[in-house]
Amino acid sequence: MEDLSGVLRNHPFIKDLDENYLKQITGCASNVLYHENDIIFSEGDEAVQFYLIRTGKVALEINGREKGNVRILTMGPGQILGWSWIISPYKWHFEARALEDVRAIALDGECLRNKCEEDPKLGYEMLKRFSHILEQRLQSTRMQLLDVYKRG
Amino acid sequence: MIPRQVRVKKIFWETEDVFTLELVSEDYPMSEFYFRPGQFNMLYAFGVGEAAISISSDSAKKNSILHSIHKVGYVTNALSKLKKGDVIGIRGPFGKAWPLEEIKGYDICIMAGGIGLAPLRPSIYYILKHRKQYGKFTLLYGARSPRDMLYPVELEQWAKKHDIHIETIVDRADSMWRGQVGVVTELIDYAELDPERTRSMVCGPEIMMKYSIDELKKNGLNEDQIYLSLERNMKCALGFCGHCQYGPSFVCKEGPVFNFSKVKDIFEIREL
Repeated sequence: MEDLSGVLRNHPFIKDLDENYLKQITGCASNVLYHENDIIFSEGDEAVQFYLIRTGKVALEINGREKGNVRILTMGPGQILGWSWIISPYKWHFEARALEDVRAIALDGECLRNKCEEDPKLGYEMLKRFSHILEQRLQSTRMQLLDVYKRG
Repeated sequence: MIPRQVRVKKIFWETEDVFTLELVSEDYPMSEFYFRPGQFNMLYAFGVGEAAISISSDSAKKNSILHSIHKVGYVTNALSKLKKGDVIGIRGPFGKAWPLEEIKGYDICIMAGGIGLAPLRPSIYYILKHRKQYGKFTLLYGARSPRDMLYPVELEQWAKKHDIHIETIVDRADSMWRGQVGVVTELIDYAELDPERTRSMVCGPEIMMKYSIDELKKNGLNEDQIYLSLERNMKCALGFCGHCQYGPSFVCKEGPVFNFSKVKDIFEIREL
């Protein structure tokens, strides 16, 4: 059976990361499994972890009050769930729900933040990778806002 | 070119604002309406006007032709009110088709957005019918919401019965939707493209095509590996009147399907 560092190494987010950093990250990692419809985290909860999705799909939802729960994004294998662990006050802004059985690697946010503080090079590497994800999500949100398929 | 008369055999609504006309002719053999995937016809609502509409049926089926039409303007609004047995005028087929012969042997990645699936559907039929002549076949389709998705039953059947990898996504949905939410460009991650072996066909709103092409390029495709179908206001459809002029090209004659490398410079100009 593949060990955690092997699984991490094969995840696109970790791709080409220095072996030494991989070891450090592995120290903060654990395997997790969520079943269909499980709530992975809820809006307002403390963002103690983030997730590298291995299999299955996850939906991010925002509570639109009278509009009900609005699904804003879904994520799948190879993608990252959650970035609130890296930005104070470390609270989730959305609810994450497993749309099917989800296997993921959970990374302890505080553990990783401490390692990033101790080793700024690791911290910079993490920030670069997360900035890329944030940029992609921002770009997608802009495209959604453009409402390109809007009725005439 | 004088319009021929065709009769509406069936009209059915695909979504709230997209309907499909099934057209047949009693005066001409249907073989006269032979088309290649990607081509369009000029449909004439008598007393109202003409509109260029892509053909969305299977080019191998000779008994009728289908046009899926977005109800957006004067002519399409008139067409949407037709009933079984009504007669309209038709001219065509016109324009350059998708390069289905040229891309044989390659992996195919189709990216469609909204009504953009309609002009690509004949190509999907063709590739599925000649499946062994193509490599890996992927369809990435984005729509505004689950109820705005075109041909949902067919998408499901293709995925079940044929060797095609289909990923769909919608811009917005409530929590009852079990599919994916986001934008069509996000689906490229799941396509696992082999850039050297892949040829891509893209159709949808221009802004969707721009982002899709950017993403395909990020994934290693060259500009000449990407084809797109452009939409312009067409009148004569013969390359005379100039209504559909796009830089040095007439979309009706040299398009609507273009190799991206041929139009990339003007594609970036916002005013065009």
